[in-house]
Parts: sequence; C-alpha cells; structure tokens
Amino acid sequence: GVCAYVRTLLFLYLSRPEIWVDSRTIYIGHKEPPPGAEAYIPQRFPDNRIVSSKYTFWNFIPKNLFEQFRRIANFYFLVIFLVQLIIDTPTSPVTSGLPLFFVITVTAIKQGYEDWLRHKADCSINECPVDVVQRGKVVRTQSHKLRVGDIVMVREDETFPCDLILLSSSRPDGTCYVTTASLDGESSHKTYYAVPDTMAFRTEQEVDSLHATIECEQPQPDLYKFVGRINIYKDREEPVARTLGAENLLLRGATLKNTQYIYGTVAVYTGMETKMALNYQSKSQKRSAVEKSMNAFLIVYLFILISKAVINTVLKYAWQWSPDRDEPWYNHRTENERQRHVVIRAFTDFLAFMVLFNYIIPVSMYVTVEMQKFLGSYFITWDEEMFDDELGEGAQVNTSDLNEELGQVEYVFTDKTGTLTENNMEFIECCVDGNVYIPHAICNGQILSAASSIDMIDSSPGGYRREHEDLFFRALCLCHTVQVKEEETVDGIKRGIHQGRPTSFYISSSPDEVALVEGMKRLGYTYLRLKDSYMEILNKDDEIERFQLLHVLNFDSVRRRMSVIVKSSSGDYLLFCKGADSSIFPRVVSGKVEQVRARVEQNAVEGLRTLCVAYKKLSESEYQEACHHLTEAKLALQDREQRLAHAYDIIEREFVLLGATAVEDRLQEKAADTIESLHKAGMKVWVLTGDKMETAAATCYASKLFRRSTQILELTKKRTEEQSLHDVLFELNRTVIRQRSMSGLSVDCLDFGLIIDGATLSAVLKPNQEGAGNGNYREIFLEICRNCSAVLCCRMAPLQKAQIVKLIKASKEHPITLAIGDGANDVSMILEAHVGIGIMGKEGRQAARNSDYAIPKFKHLKKILLVHGHYYYIRIAELVQYFFYKNVCFIFPQFLYQFFCGFSQQPLYDTAYLTLYNISFTSLPILLYSLVEQHVSMETLKREPTLYRDIAKNSLLRWPVFLYWTCLGVFDAVIFFFGAYFLFDNTTFTSNGQMFGNWTFGTLVFTVLVFTVTLKLALDTHHWTWINHFFIWGSLLFYVIFSLLWGGIIWPFLNYQRMYYVFMQMLSSGPAWLSIILLITVSLLPDVIKKVLCRSMCPTATERAQVGVGETADFTFQPLYDPIDE
Amino acid sequence: MVKEEQETANRPDNTAFTQQRLPAWQPMLSAGIVIPGFVLIGLAFIGIGVALFVTTRSIQVLELDYSGVEQSSPCFKCSDTSTKNCVCNMNFNLDKLFEGPVFFYYGLSNYFQNFRRYGVSKDLDQLSGNLDNFENPTDDCVPFQYDANKKPIVPCGAVANSIFNDTFKLYQIIGGTKKPVPLDGKGIAWWTDYNIKNRNPSVTPLKNAFNGTVQPSNWPKPAYELDPTDPANNGFINQDFLVWMRRAALPNFRKLYRRIAEEDYAQGLPAGNYSLEIAYNYPVLSFDGRKKVVLSNVSWMGGKNEFLGIAYLVIGSLCVVMSVVMLIVYAKFKFPDEE
Repeated sequence: GVCAYVRTLLFLYLSRPEIWVDSRTIYIGHKEPPPGAEAYIPQRFPDNRIVSSKYTFWNFIPKNLFEQFRRIANFYFLVIFLVQLIIDTPTSPVTSGLPLFFVITVTAIKQGYEDWLRHKADCSINECPVDVVQRGKVVRTQSHKLRVGDIVMVREDETFPCDLILLSSSRPDGTCYVTTASLDGESSHKTYYAVPDTMAFRTEQEVDSLHATIECEQPQPDLYKFVGRINIYKDREEPVARTLGAENLLLRGATLKNTQYIYGTVAVYTGMETKMALNYQSKSQKRSAVEKSMNAFLIVYLFILISKAVINTVLKYAWQWSPDRDEPWYNHRTENERQRHVVIRAFTDFLAFMVLFNYIIPVSMYVTVEMQKFLGSYFITWDEEMFDDELGEGAQVNTSDLNEELGQVEYVFTDKTGTLTENNMEFIECCVDGNVYIPHAICNGQILSAASSIDMIDSSPGGYRREHEDLFFRALCLCHTVQVKEEETVDGIKRGIHQGRPTSFYISSSPDEVALVEGMKRLGYTYLRLKDSYMEILNKDDEIERFQLLHVLNFDSVRRRMSVIVKSSSGDYLLFCKGADSSIFPRVVSGKVEQVRARVEQNAVEGLRTLCVAYKKLSESEYQEACHHLTEAKLALQDREQRLAHAYDIIEREFVLLGATAVEDRLQEKAADTIESLHKAGMKVWVLTGDKMETAAATCYASKLFRRSTQILELTKKRTEEQSLHDVLFELNRTVIRQRSMSGLSVDCLDFGLIIDGATLSAVLKPNQEGAGNGNYREIFLEICRNCSAVLCCRMAPLQKAQIVKLIKASKEHPITLAIGDGANDVSMILEAHVGIGIMGKEGRQAARNSDYAIPKFKHLKKILLVHGHYYYIRIAELVQYFFYKNVCFIFPQFLYQFFCGFSQQPLYDTAYLTLYNISFTSLPILLYSLVEQHVSMETLKREPTLYRDIAKNSLLRWPVFLYWTCLGVFDAVIFFFGAYFLFDNTTFTSNGQMFGNWTFGTLVFTVLVFTVTLKLALDTHHWTWINHFFIWGSLLFYVIFSLLWGGIIWPFLNYQRMYYVFMQMLSSGPAWLSIILLITVSLLPDVIKKVLCRSMCPTATERAQVGVGETADFTFQPLYDPIDE
Repeated sequence: MVKEEQETANRPDNTAFTQQRLPAWQPMLSAGIVIPGFVLIGLAFIGIGVALFVTTRSIQVLELDYSGVEQSSPCFKCSDTSTKNCVCNMNFNLDKLFEGPVFFYYGLSNYFQNFRRYGVSKDLDQLSGNLDNFENPTDDCVPFQYDANKKPIVPCGAVANSIFNDTFKLYQIIGGTKKPVPLDGKGIAWWTDYNIKNRNPSVTPLKNAFNGTVQPSNWPKPAYELDPTDPANNGFINQDFLVWMRRAALPNFRKLYRRIAEEDYAQGLPAGNYSLEIAYNYPVLSFDGRKKVVLSNVSWMGGKNEFLGIAYLVIGSLCVVMSVVMLIVYAKFKFPDEE
C-alpha cells in the first residue's frame, strides 16, 4: 500500500542515524554449520524476556527517589529541607519536609503502582506458552525461555512471541496472513512469505532437519525494514543463499490470521531486541508555551526570593551595627554564635531568610498543575460530541501536557487526504486515449450491464483503440497490491466496498487501489484472485484470463508510481505502471499524451484524484535484464533501498501511455465549516498534501480555505520555469505589501492564498544560493506567507511537511503550530509541530499513535481547539497567576515583619499554617476552578470563533498581566500586614483589657490572607457549579474548623502549644472581626474596581460575549472577519 | 453485534459533569450590580466607621513616660543602672472622672520581644510542670540554661530571665495624704494560660520542686515566691509571669499590669491629684528603650484605637466615590448589554 512505503521512507528519517555495527549470525536449531563453512561462534543474545517495568523490588526506592529529585523543583525543596535540618532556621524542617514528603510519596506510589501493573503484564507475557520444535518434536515451553535460533510453531490467532523468519506455512503457497494491529494499528491482513527453499516443509521432523544459518542486521526499531540472508546447507554442497526482507520477518506482537499454523525460527530478535520492544521508547517531550512562561515566572520569583533574603541580611547587619541592638541584655547570644566568624553568620542568616521565604515558590504548584492537566484531559476523552459512532471511538489524549496549547494555536497544518477529505474513494471515470468511460452502476432505476454502461465519446472502435482499451483495463486489474478476502474469514474492520457479492471483497492499505479495482469490476473486468503467482481476471465476456505475476515494483512516495511485470498466457512479458501524472508523463514515449493530459487536468480541477496508466512490452532479453537488476538489488545487504530505487528507475522507462483514471475523495463532513471557524479564530490554515496542485486547489475551494475573493498567489514549478525564483518571490512580495499598504488596517482587506509546490519549496529552502542576489529567500517567503490567510502546499514529500512546520516554528514570531493528519506520511509533521493531532483514519493508526491528541474526524478540531483549548488555556493561566499571587500575599507580610522584629527571621505565622497554607487551605478551590471554570458558555465559544483571538499569543500570561497579579499580591500583603500593624499598635483588642501576643497577630494576618485569596478566586469565577460552591466555601470552613481544633486542644506529642486558644481569643474580640472584614474588603477592592472599569471602558470580545449570554449575540457583535463568500 | 456492544462500551458517559454542562450560576461583575453594591457597602462602612469613631473618642488614655531620660523627670535619678532599689514618684492630675474599669498597663518601646532566638528561648515542658526538664532544661534555653555552677535554671531561657520587674503603687492625694488605690492583679493573663497551658509540678510545697535548681539571674526571688500574698499565684502560673511570657508582636508594646475596679474606685478614678510610686529596676536605656505606664479604660471594641474607625470611614467614602466614578464611566461608555 501507499502508506506502507511512505512509512519506510519516514522511518529512515526518524530513526536515529543508523550505525551498522555488525551483522549477527543465527544458527537455526542451534546446529553448527558443516565444516568448511565459517567457524561456529556462539553469539550471546538476550533471552526472550520482555521487561517494560522500570524498577525492581530492590532498586525501587533509590531509583525512584533519584528520578524524582532530578526534577529541578523537587531538588530545590530538598535543598531547602536539608538547610533546615543543618542550620538553625526559623521554621522547623517539618514545614518543608512534610509537603515534600507528601509529594514524593504520592508520586512514588503512583509510579510504583504503574510499575507493578507493568510487572504483572510482563509476567503474563513472559510466561505465556509457546511451541518449540526440539529434536523433531513440538515441545511446549514458556515464552521467556525462547532463545535466538529456536524453531517456533505458531497456530492461527496466536501472537508471535518474538521476531521470526517464516520458514513454512500451512498454506501451500508458503504465505501467511498477519495483522499488525497491536503494532501499528493497521488491522488489514498483510501477507508474509516463507523462504522458498523451506516452504515445502510440513512436519516437525522436516523442519528440524533444516541446516541453515541466518545473517542479518543488528536490531533496529523500523518496523518495515529488515535485511538479512539465509544460507541453507545441503549435503556437501555449496550453501544456497536467499535474501530475507521485511516480508519474511514476522514481528512480535503481530497475530497470525487465516493460516492454520506456521513454522518460524526465532530468527533475529528476542526479548528487548524485538522491533516491538524497540518501538516502545518514549517520545520526545513537548513543552507548552504556558509551561515556558511558568518557568520564566519561577525564575523571577526565585530572583525575588534571593533578593528578599539578601536585602534582609544586609539590613540586619546594618541595623545591628550599634551594639545595644546587636545584643541587648535581654537577648544574649550563645558562646558558639559569638565565636563564629561574621561572614559565616551572615551566610547562615541568608540561608535562614531563604528558608523563611521559600514558600513563595510552592511545592504544591507543580502537583496542582500536573493534577489539573491530568484530570482536565479527561474532559476531552469524555466529550460525547467528539465521539464517532461509525468508528465507535471518541477523542484520545496521548499527552496531557499540551492541553492549554490547544488554545494557543496560530498555524494549522493539515493533511488533505483522509483529513480534509473522507479518504473514502469512489471510482468516477477513466479515460483511454482521451475516450471517457463512466461506470453507471444505476441508471434510470435499473442496473445496466457493465458493457452497456460504458459511455462512448468516440464511437469508432478502431483496432488500435481496442487494443489500448484491453490493455488499460487489464493494467488496472493487474497493477495493484489488492488482496481478495473471503468474507467469513475476515474480521476486524472491513476494507473496500461491499459489492453485493457476499463471498469476497477487496482489501488493501490504499483505498485508491480498492476503488480502482472496484471500478474495473463495474466496468466488466473483475479481478478474482492471486493464486500460485497467477493473477486471475474475469473479463467482460466472462472468460478467466490468467497472468503470471513476475515482479511487483512497489509504490513509494518518491517515485509516486508502481509497476508490475506479468507474463500473459500468450507468453508476452508486459510491464504495467500506474502513478501520478508527473511521474508518468516524462517517461512516456508514445500514446495520446495531449488528450490524456487535458482530461487529467480537467479532472484535477474538479477535485478528483487522478492516476495515469502506462505500459511497455518487454522482450525476453529485456525481461531478463530487468530481473537481473531487481534480484541484484534485492540481494544486497547494504543500501538495498537505494539500489532498488535505481533498478526501478532503469526498468520503468519508455512507456506507452494508455490513459488515466479519476477517483473522487469526498470532503469530510463539516470540513468547510471547521476551516471557516479556524480562520475566524485567527488561525492560518495550511494544507500540505502530496496531491497535485489542481486537485488540491479544488479541495481547498470546496473546503472554503480559498474563497472566490481570495487572490491566489502561485509559487509553482510552472512559474519558476518562466521566471527565476528570485523574480517570482519578489514580485509576489510586492503584491502582498502593496495590498497591505493600500488597504491599511481596513477590515475588508483582500485576503491572499498562496499555492506552492514541493519542488519550488525545496528551492526556496535551499540555503543561500550563490549569485541569487541578496538573499535568503526564506525570509521573503515567510513574509509572503505571513500575509496570506491560507496556504496550499502540494506535491509534498512527508519530510517536506515537517520542514515547513519547522520553518514556521522557527520564524521570528515563534508561532504555535498544530499539525493534523491521518496517515503515516503525516507523522513527521505531527511530531514536529507544537501540537500534533492524529485522525483515526482509514490509513492505519500511525498518525493517531504518534500524535498528542487523536480525534475521529476533522470537524472535531473545532471543538477541541475553540472550546477545550480555550477553556484549558484560561484555566491554566488563572491557575499559574493565582498561584504566584497567593504566595506573594502569603510571604510578603513575613518579609515586612522582619523590619519589625529586628531581622531575626521570626516567622509571622505558626508552623501549621506555614505548612498547610499551600497544601490544604488554598489548594482545592483553585484546582477545582482550573478544572471546571467556563468564563463563556460552550455554545458561545462555538458560535463566536473570534473569541479565540482574545487569548492568542499567550495573552493571559504576558509580563504586564503577571506584573499586575504580582502587584496585586504585594498590595494585598501590605494591606494585611500594615492593617494588622496599626490595629495592634499599642492598644488592646478585648473588652477585658488583656493583650494579644505575636501569634494572635500572625493568626489575624493569616485569617485575612486565607479569606482574601479565596474570595479573590471567587471573584474570578464565572461559572459557579455546586463544585465551586462546595470547595470555595468548604475550604474556608475547613480553615476555621482546623484553626479551632488546632488551638482548642493541647496536642500530645507536640513540643509546643503556642497556638493554644489563640484563634478563639481572636474570635472573641469584636475589633478583630471588624478588622478582618475591613482588610478583606480593602484587599479585594482594587481588583473589583479594575474589573468593572475595564469592562466598561474597553471590553474585550470575551467580556462582550459574557454579557451576550442568552441574548442574541449574533448582531451585537459582528465578526471582524466577514464571510464574503458565496 | 460484538462491535455494537463495544461501541456502547467506548461511548463516554453522558452526564452533566463529564460533558461540562453542570448547571451553574454565572454572576457578572457588571456595572449594574457593582455600583449599587458599592454604594451599599460604602454606606454600611461609613455607619460602622462613625460608630467606631464615636466610641473610640470616649475612651480615656493617660500615658506616663518614666524612663527618666530627661533631667527634669523625677525618675532621672533611677536611670543610672548602678542605683539599686531606686524608687521614684510621678505625680499627675485628673481633671475629670476617669471612668472605670480602669486598666493599668506598662509599656515598653524599642524592646524586641519578637526576636526569634529570644522567642524560642524557653522550655515548654518545664512550664507545664515536667520535673525532668527541671533537671535538664532544653537546649533552646542556652545561654540561660545552666548557671555558672552547672545548676539548671528554672524557669530557663531568655524570656523568663528578662521578666519585667518594675513595680507600681498608685496613690490618690487627698488633702496632702496618700490614699492607696487598690490594684487588682487577677485575670490579667489569659484564663487558659494559667489554668491549662502552664502547670506547676504537683509537688507540695511548691518550693520542694525547685530543689537543686537556681532562679534566673535577673530574678530577685525564686519562681515559687513571686506573689507572697496569694500562694495560688506562684510558680509558672503567676499571672505577671504569664503576661510577660506571652510575647508581644511588635517592638512597641503594652502589657496589662493591674486593674482598678475595687472599693472606691469601682466607678473609675475621680478627678484629683495622684501619685505613682515606681520601683525602678528594669534597665531600658542601654538599648534606647522607653518605659511608660498607661491608664486606659476600654469599650466594647477594646482600647483606644482611632485607626479602625478612620479606616472604615475612609474605605466607606472611597466606595461611594468609586461608585460615582463608575457611574460616570458607565454612562460615558455605555456598556452594550443594558441599552
């Protein structure tokens, strides 16, 4: 199939640079080769044990701790904790040790549990029974006991226990069918071939008598690549060498289907060296923009923390300059302290201040952010609107790290086939030498026979024409890799269109091929089956024609064509080739090229997928030469790919053009609507496709990517042939800039669409050509793209897709990119983009597996971006800002207090409050807020995609906003502290004249603090569900109850009772209540005023929409982007 | 059929929570709600502020600085630390009734009871009557843990050691004779402090518990003899001691010394001349501190503190002003929702 080969190419790019260390030699059945051959060197291979677990019972604690403390935040808290243990610090080590311990323990338990599950899974895999042929008998053993060289017997529906070379199969033709659903998600049946010399083996004894060695490459993760050679030793003869390719290698994890049993040898790779195990490596981590801002903020706060500590240390020593302050008579130093050098004392003081203020960077923020992401991502999986009934699946979240990035997308790169379109191909017409044939399956209500349905344009059937017509239909029936499946033997997802004949249908990994073969069937030529390398066709006259299939020159996306060499019953050697017009026309020497080209172009404009068909007759000698080229290339152990490509290039020449086909790929449901919404949301949509320009452009018009009003700029090979690339680029740039300057900032600015093809793109991207004038074309190209609302890149190779994404990512605005695709050829761009979205499409699951999010249909992109992405972004933005805010509020009063306690590091709050503030008093409301907040209703977000622009460019986490929050925090902290200070100033609070102490002072500040930060969150909450009510009021209540309990009991085993009755005493005082109310009000006031004023003076679109809830918002707010089309 | 079952199994739950469609109240901080809200809050605050302000104006406070810095001060002679057992008299005059109950405070300035090291320098186990800690006070008490002869100090630590030891007697001068004003020392500390938190060891007589220990170096008498008049007010539950042990939050502080609410003075201090006799012991000038005596009465909202009332008034007016500002802005920018 198409994509299988694309994948091969792709993995070449993706897999690490190959290092050919050595090949390995495997002795089948552990038998030495006969003397004379190479010496028997037993090589050591790992056993077949799969270890996916990370830890063992013994190393769990050290290894897990090591991994956890490698995270910079955990390490920071560990350092603080150690400092507290070592030096005399204001707060007990418990205050930072307990939260750290809590976080570490929770993480360790989670990871330990996951690892335990993995251990269990490993165990069940490793102990599953396998049949091994030993001394001519089948013996049952456990999977992990398999060794390289064992001969394994596998029965139908069993899973291969390791990577095997197929020796023989129960099917007489030496093939077996396999599904690799658990490896790459493709449930289609793939055919694997036995080694020809051993395919006749039927019994264990025969298999056991085999005397052979296998040489092959060292393990590598590419699922679709394998090079090896088998040397079969027969009595005293030279060993016979046969090549082994990926088609002989059965992969661990795949399942045997439709084949009773097979014998395979544990060929190459066992245990952790199997391709499946090698593919389980974790992908590279993507970091979201929010995370980057968060880290920047953290650095700022770290800086604030250090400067606070430095300021206090310096001030302390300045203040202590006079000796009566340094050591008043009532507070003597210890002897130890006096002897210590002043520098050491100062450093100790600095560390103590660091410890005192360290809560400004809270340990719980990481936990909360992580929990928010993890739990929040469930809303995507749970979303019923993104559930597809046909597939029976909803959206999938493969990584929750990027949830908020979904709200930040500026560029959308989408694949065309299968993403914008259904990838549900339907044969529309074919044209032979300019004559068009359209299958009319149903005409005037009655099914016509295939023959009469052929629509003759030119009704004079000349002999020449007749001949070409015959060849054309046969070519399409023969030149493909479609398999015929009997219905009852197939399960899983059915491929191909059911054609009323329940006995069989076609399956292939390429839907185009199925459509073509189906189409041929409707035109009267039915492909029956491939049997013993003979392809059988039922022709129009119900006769069976048999062609011997000699060679298949498989499709790949570089050549963009495939060929077969067959021998007809009359003994002619024929080569049929079908492929993209651009790859066929240059190789054609005769035929009605002009007529066919015209038809192809016309079809392409209509958005149909076209293929050209050509053939050539081979003489016996030509055939032999071709055979020679192919076998030589196939036998090569090294550079096989390149050699094959070269061989194909030599063989596929001098064609005679037969005709062309057209297949329709319908647009996905609501694709146009989705694209329009994305446009309105300010995203630039680029379509990257391998299709040809006309087809792709037609799809773009249909999907409203281009409108009628769109001015199309072309940057194609055709144009660059006429003018130099340099001139074209500059001219386009001028056009764009002129337009921009003319229309200025007016709304109805003409929008541009750019079309570029692969060849031109690689020319543009070529680094700085000599003599090309002043320039780097890259910049000019980017400048043009920046001014285009839509870009279509056609004729793209998979690698170029990734290149484009990379180019945009690296441009100077560093926009957030999203790539969406369904096929293996999109994997590279999915991995490259900031957010990769896979569509669970027809072309297997490669894309979905490698993506960050997988959705069933393109239309779901709208909801996942505009609704989920928007929500996640505002939620996490608030979460991050609020966390910093509440910790400024928390720690800044402590800082201020140092000025009034002689910089002695006296904590303002009690230890319990210091410890629990971030863990319990203020943690749950913000977590729940960040899970359920909806500042605007879902319907509004969907109806008004423009709201997405409000949060573009990380707008809620920019420095001014961050500064605002920090200033608000500082303001609140000043209010808390000085409010309490002036209230406590030299007066009594109670009506019995008693005085309060320092802990009451701290508790008063703390109470105001907890209430203020919680109510601040309440003010920011727009969506009050019972959850919000429960957690906001609940957490305040919890604070009160906790304080009552904490102060109400003499706690046993606790070394201090300084909080005893402090809270109650405070509550019994009238002025305390009044001042708490006053201080809370004052702290919240500026934020409320700011909100109200901003709302009325310069409301954002979001704020307008919030008001418009329930009303008819459509006319109150005209979108900036007026859809002028239609 | 199997496939259908699978589909339903995969289908996400259609609950309000999973679909993020929980019923919700969506309040909006729009001008229409906030302006009346501000007016209401403003008026309420002004009301509270006026009440507080009026109340606080009625509270009488009398402060007497007796540190003896100036030469004119009667306590100047005592400010020299070499003078022992110095007594000085401060005279003052009340021109109207000082309404009772009157609270008698002593105040210290520039005195950092909130030093961290100072604050932890005590042994809570000792103070809750644990005899083990009489022999081995906690290391927190260093350098007030053991005396020079390695005898444990009880109560140990800097806080206890630095207890305020000036004593006061107040006389009303009626026709040249001094009539002592009775000072009540009960209930000046928190009830929980002397009933639950701090305990004396259950040894009778209390003196025996202190065998083998020494009193803090600054103390003239041991802990069990703090109040010779009331045996129940000795040891760690002595109220003067407890008042001192509850550390003040800020460097300028006041602590309750006595109450004047008995006999002839139950209604307060009548107008007239008074003399305050001070046993001047406590050195503060070495660290530039000040000592004072404060007489004050209290209202329902505590002692004299104009800040709270003024703050309420200011914030209340600010709210009203802001609501006017917002009204202007609102009228000018005409928010699109309520037109």
